[in-house]
Amino acid sequence: MIETNVIQVENLTKKFGDFIAVNAITFEVKRGEIFGFLGANGAGKTTAMKMLIGISSPTSGNAKVADFDVFTNSEDIKKNIGYMSQKFALYDDLTVKENITFFGGIYGLSRKKIEEKRQLLVEELGLQNIVNELVGSLPLGWKQKIAFSVALLHEPKIVFLDEPTGGVDPITRRQFWEMIYKASNNGTTVFVTTHYMDEAEYCDRVSIMVEGKIEALDTPKKLKEKFKVNSMNDVFLKLARNIE
Amino acid sequence: MSIIIKNINKSFNQVIAVNDVSFEVKKGELFGLIGPDGAGKTTIFRILTTLLFADKGFAKVAGFDVIKDYKKIRSNVGYMPGRFSLYQDLTVEENLTFFATIFGTTIEENYDLIKDIYIQIEPFKNRRAGKLSGGMKQKLALSCALIHKPKVLFLDEPTTGVDPVSRKEFWEMLKRLQQKGITILVSTPYMDEAALCDRIALIQNGKILQIDDPKEIVKHFPTTIYDIKANNIYKLLLALKEYKHSYSVYPFGEFVHYTDKRDAFDTKELFQFLKDKGLNNIIIQPTETTIEDTFMELAK
Amino acid sequence: MKRFTGFIKKEFYHIFRDTRSLFILFGMPIAQVMLFGFAITNEINNVDIAFFDKSKDVTTQEIINKISASKYFTNKQIIKNDKEIETVFKKGKVKAVLIFDKDFSEKLTKENKTTVQIITDATDPNTANTINNYLSSILKNYQLVINHQIKHSPQINPETRLIYNPELKSVFTFVPGVMTVILMLVSAMMTSISITREKEMGTMEILLVSPIKPFQVILGKVFPYIFLSVINAVVIVLLSIFIFKMPVEGSLFLLGFESVLFIINALSLGILISTISSTQQTAMMISLMGLMLPVILLSGFIFPISSMPFPLQVISHIIPAKWFIIIIKAIMLKGVGLSFIWKETLIILFMTLIFITISIKKYKIRLE
Repeated sequence: MIETNVIQVENLTKKFGDFIAVNAITFEVKRGEIFGFLGANGAGKTTAMKMLIGISSPTSGNAKVADFDVFTNSEDIKKNIGYMSQKFALYDDLTVKENITFFGGIYGLSRKKIEEKRQLLVEELGLQNIVNELVGSLPLGWKQKIAFSVALLHEPKIVFLDEPTGGVDPITRRQFWEMIYKASNNGTTVFVTTHYMDEAEYCDRVSIMVEGKIEALDTPKKLKEKFKVNSMNDVFLKLARNIE
Repeated sequence: MSIIIKNINKSFNQVIAVNDVSFEVKKGELFGLIGPDGAGKTTIFRILTTLLFADKGFAKVAGFDVIKDYKKIRSNVGYMPGRFSLYQDLTVEENLTFFATIFGTTIEENYDLIKDIYIQIEPFKNRRAGKLSGGMKQKLALSCALIHKPKVLFLDEPTTGVDPVSRKEFWEMLKRLQQKGITILVSTPYMDEAALCDRIALIQNGKILQIDDPKEIVKHFPTTIYDIKANNIYKLLLALKEYKHSYSVYPFGEFVHYTDKRDAFDTKELFQFLKDKGLNNIIIQPTETTIEDTFMELAK
Repeated sequence: MKRFTGFIKKEFYHIFRDTRSLFILFGMPIAQVMLFGFAITNEINNVDIAFFDKSKDVTTQEIINKISASKYFTNKQIIKNDKEIETVFKKGKVKAVLIFDKDFSEKLTKENKTTVQIITDATDPNTANTINNYLSSILKNYQLVINHQIKHSPQINPETRLIYNPELKSVFTFVPGVMTVILMLVSAMMTSISITREKEMGTMEILLVSPIKPFQVILGKVFPYIFLSVINAVVIVLLSIFIFKMPVEGSLFLLGFESVLFIINALSLGILISTISSTQQTAMMISLMGLMLPVILLSGFIFPISSMPFPLQVISHIIPAKWFIIIIKAIMLKGVGLSFIWKETLIILFMTLIFITISIKKYKIRLE
């Protein structure tokens, strides 16, 4: 069923001079799937993701995101995806409300729609008391949860998360994953890039990138069975050792 | 005792960062401070390395008071701050030489101690530190912190942002250093690293939740945890939370960790309940308690 | 001592590896001196001028020729009616128009009195003023010539002589200013940035948790910049001597001594800035806004202090650059010795001691 693939990547390559950052990667992501895109720092994850979200143009290969071609329709891609990174998610010097209004605005939501969405969000996350507080004054866990909701504000087909739960306390982290499961259950595809292997355990399927290539791609369970280990961390260790 | 910390309090503009923390680290022990970002780990490290004054309480490192004898502490401890804090525009060798000179020693003098670690980055000794991979940076930082043969080593989140292979190697290096009699206090947000320490302190919001041997700590967990799985995790989570006997429900990798309020818990009843909720491929099985489960129970 | 030399070595590595800063460090003095020397000047050359000659006689023609012949003016055009005056100004074709009354020669000989009107474009007041002065002096000169011819009643002709900078070369006043600005900038900004960089990178934390003493860190930071600033000062003086033919009347040794004193003053300000800022960005902002602006605006470099409102004059006293500019102008242009500038020297010395004391008091041996 090809039509259910929201991301379709074929031999996607990115070169910087002689250096091949992303080396002919091929994979697809199904609608509503939680896809983990793993690899060590410098393995090429970020470069690959930049191509998928339409801010970097590939050297060769094909990729379609939400049915739009990364070469020709990158602007359409941007309208259909949400993005959240650990480094930057919300403006610390704006209130929660102002952030929601701002991000709703840049995705072209009408004022009425933003108002509607904001009320929904406030209710779901229980933000009644902090909606007028500066984001900078909130604990990390709260910021992360609000940032995720803001990334979903314009009902994107796919949401890209860059190391979303690093450093967050275990309980908040679970609340965050519950939100991800919910989004996925509603049909939103979730694409998680991370180098934290324990984040990988939560994904439906994961790919592991090593030096620009995808070296493994399967469900966490099957990968663990294949490498005869108990955790994704050990899968990664074994994979790295095999390649050396 | 290599480190004694007693009733330490520290606030920044009314925000309590460290709240009445006390613990002791024995000589030659590998002690882990485990907790998420913002738990107060870095503040504790800075108080112990004499960079900050505590509001209340007292602390001793290597037998010296952190306030009165701060100069002695500064020449007797090695410190690796949270971020990679070496000179990016200096080469590997220049960094190491620099830190050796300011501690009044030379690389040759203490080469024995760092040999194991430094030998791995020595092939790149003429490369600028800024151009090293995460794992190599971490090894260089450790070499620099060790160059003056410290009695106590403070490592603040040394493995954050480092790939699993380097993390594993790093812990192996710590084990070897420990055998040389160096006391090590290490902090980490990764619960899975807790098991590698001799003793750990779980910390959140500035408060110590528990201190013990990592193997002992999980025994404090009051009940049995069950791994539960079904075809739709989100629906499973909602159903379990609705179940009247449920005590805690947390997503945990591919499973959901579930505990029941009752002492005698019959899995068949829950199985039926989930089935009635329209879930398929249901698996319910008891599982081992992890440090993360204990942490969540204590932090609840 | 080994710790200290090790530290200085490291500082030089930082400086020489940061090619961008190095370029600013040495490129900027040269660029600034050239800019101020050649481009920014009070002198005028080749100003376009138009003439509206209602008289058209021998005298007016002679004056027109005289003006056109000078290197300051270029004869742009002859205007034929009143309306044209406005058009040429509006189109920006000329900067000045000279209007001769009707029967100019006749009135001059018969009534001994005639008028010529100078209209200048005052959108740039300084230029307008200068044009006015130049034109008036050409006219006066001409008047002198005819006065001689007709042997009229005696009159007083003030004879002025300009000393120290007889040709009124603006570059002579700018060089001391530029030198001050550059020494201030390099010394204060670069040191404050290099100290705050250690804070930002987290390396300061490691330095603090080490036996190296605070004064060793400070001296180690300062020493390389004394060296670099001295080189800068030498480059600027050489440029002004060889390219702009600027005289150095006084002792070079004294000039060197005063410069080093000022450099140390600026460095101690840099350290002071670094103790109150925690990021490179704030250090840079404070250096630029807090030091550069006063140095440029209130030191007498560009605007004379004597024509400032009283409160600003008071403020200018606490700006070290003001005293340094007085000192180097005195040494380079007047050729005076220490006996004439000891007061200014003492003021700078005193300020330096204050800055150093505050810096040492404020330097933190901890993170708070």
